[in-house]
Amino acid sequence: MIRVFIADDEAPARERLKELLEDIAAEVPASVAGEAKNGLEVLERLPQSGAQVLLLDIQMPGMGGLEVARHLALLPEAPTVVFVTAHDRHAVEAFELNALDYLLKPVRAARLAAALKKASAGGAPGRAQLARAASGAREYLSVAERHRIVLVPVRDVVFLRAEQKYVTLRTRSQEHLIEESLIALEREFAGRFVRIHRNCLVSRAAIRGFERGGGGEEDPHWLVVLDGVTERLPVSRRQWPALRELVAEKP
Amino acid sequence: MAVEDRLLSTVSIRQKAFSDVLPDFRNLGVIARVLVAVNAAAAIGALFAAASPALALDRFVAMAAFVEPLLLVTLVALFGLSPLLQRVSYAAGFAVVLAVVVALAALYQGFVPEVVAEPLPDTGRTLALSAIIAAAVLGLLRLVAKAYSPAIAEARLQALQARIRPHFLFNSLNAVLSLIRRDPKRAERALEDLSDLFRTLMAEPRQFVRLADEISLLERYAAIEQLRLGERLRITWELDAAPSDALLPPLVLQPLLENAVFHGVEPGTGASEVLVRIERRGNRVIARIENPYLEAEQSRAGNRMALDNIRERLALFFDAEARIDTQAANGRYRVEIEIPYRAARP
Repeated sequence: MIRVFIADDEAPARERLKELLEDIAAEVPASVAGEAKNGLEVLERLPQSGAQVLLLDIQMPGMGGLEVARHLALLPEAPTVVFVTAHDRHAVEAFELNALDYLLKPVRAARLAAALKKASAGGAPGRAQLARAASGAREYLSVAERHRIVLVPVRDVVFLRAEQKYVTLRTRSQEHLIEESLIALEREFAGRFVRIHRNCLVSRAAIRGFERGGGGEEDPHWLVVLDGVTERLPVSRRQWPALRELVAEKP
Repeated sequence: MAVEDRLLSTVSIRQKAFSDVLPDFRNLGVIARVLVAVNAAAAIGALFAAASPALALDRFVAMAAFVEPLLLVTLVALFGLSPLLQRVSYAAGFAVVLAVVVALAALYQGFVPEVVAEPLPDTGRTLALSAIIAAAVLGLLRLVAKAYSPAIAEARLQALQARIRPHFLFNSLNAVLSLIRRDPKRAERALEDLSDLFRTLMAEPRQFVRLADEISLLERYAAIEQLRLGERLRITWELDAAPSDALLPPLVLQPLLENAVFHGVEPGTGASEVLVRIERRGNRVIARIENPYLEAEQSRAGNRMALDNIRERLALFFDAEARIDTQAANGRYRVEIEIPYRAARP
């Protein structure tokens, strides 16, 4: 018995998938482990549902299917994702390119049965695979706990600092460790964060100014002053010229 | 009520620009073109007759003083005769216009006071010149209309392609499929609505439709979306003051409602209010569609394209007399269209 989670913002579409699951029960026995009608609901409900396969609509309010899948991939027992779309040429191309499984709406019973068989045999899609298929930057960064996914809106992040294996994510009120590479984060959120040091990205919007932090008259060291955190972060000599211009542009 | 019949009976008033039909002398764009063309002719005449550009300016002012009253009276007469002119053949209409111009010129020549122009131009010359200029202006307007007519066909085609949003089609079919077992009657109605929608999408171009038909199309479209979105879509209809006999190009309002749903309702997780208000104010028809404005959703493509397409088609059908405005304020997005009120003949 495959435990299937259904995510679609349209009630009739969820009903249709349930009907089809009943139709193919003889061939592929499956049960509905849960349902959600938007992206955030999926992240809330799926981790406790014990679902093995997620039928995931890609066009949903709140958070699109591709971002949902990227956050779910952090779970220790991540479900296998089968994307569902009515029509999204770009997404379909990305799925093909990255060997992700997808179904087109209206879904046929035979296609659904085949997708479920394949999904129950294969593992969950990898994070890198999903990241490549995604068209834009995420709205949230996430931390997976055993049965829970903690989301942090990217716009709340003040700075990201690499420490050995992890990256520390700092907001005004919280600190999290996330398992991502600083280089990948810098690339994904290029418009939002700026590198101040080999190991640190800060939010452009949070920069309040710079402070002298020692060094001689000829060769001063600078520290960045950020909104919402008291910590001052060192600016590397290499990044300083670009940052100085950035501050000059700010009104 | 035989709704199907109404939908099929698109009112067959051919778009003027398409065949050899005289221009609509009630259209602001046409009136503006006539004014410019006649004054340009006067300017050229002045330049020919005068020895230097400075003298030509004097000459032009004197000529304008003579020509302008006649021109305005002629335009008023043609404005009045416009409905008649639309009904007769091009040749007959052409003759009527020439006759009207020459007759008015003759009358004017007889009554014109000495103050306006002295010495008074020769009667024969006035009549000949007004006939020639009238014929030339009609020729010019015909050329303009010809240049526009393939553009209208092209715009209609683009409209068709832009209209069938695959996302809508496949999601609707999916919703109907989900109904077939649980509520076959409702599934039937939904398929009927879809057929009507597609019939209109594929209808013969170049025809105006009655507002009543466009409204019933809106209602069918809304019924399908309601099926998919359920409680999330709440439409308020304010149609009491809508003139059901008004004529408008097909598929001007439905794409706007589709945009409202696509950009203002689907991306929201809760219930969203959409307002559809159509009313007549004097000789204008004003349609307004409002939906929630979702800041985060501005990346979703397609809105501009649909709006540009409608703007272009309104300009082709109504020239300068139509207007389309959009505004985002206080969390609401608003599109307003204004077109001249023209009633369908019963």
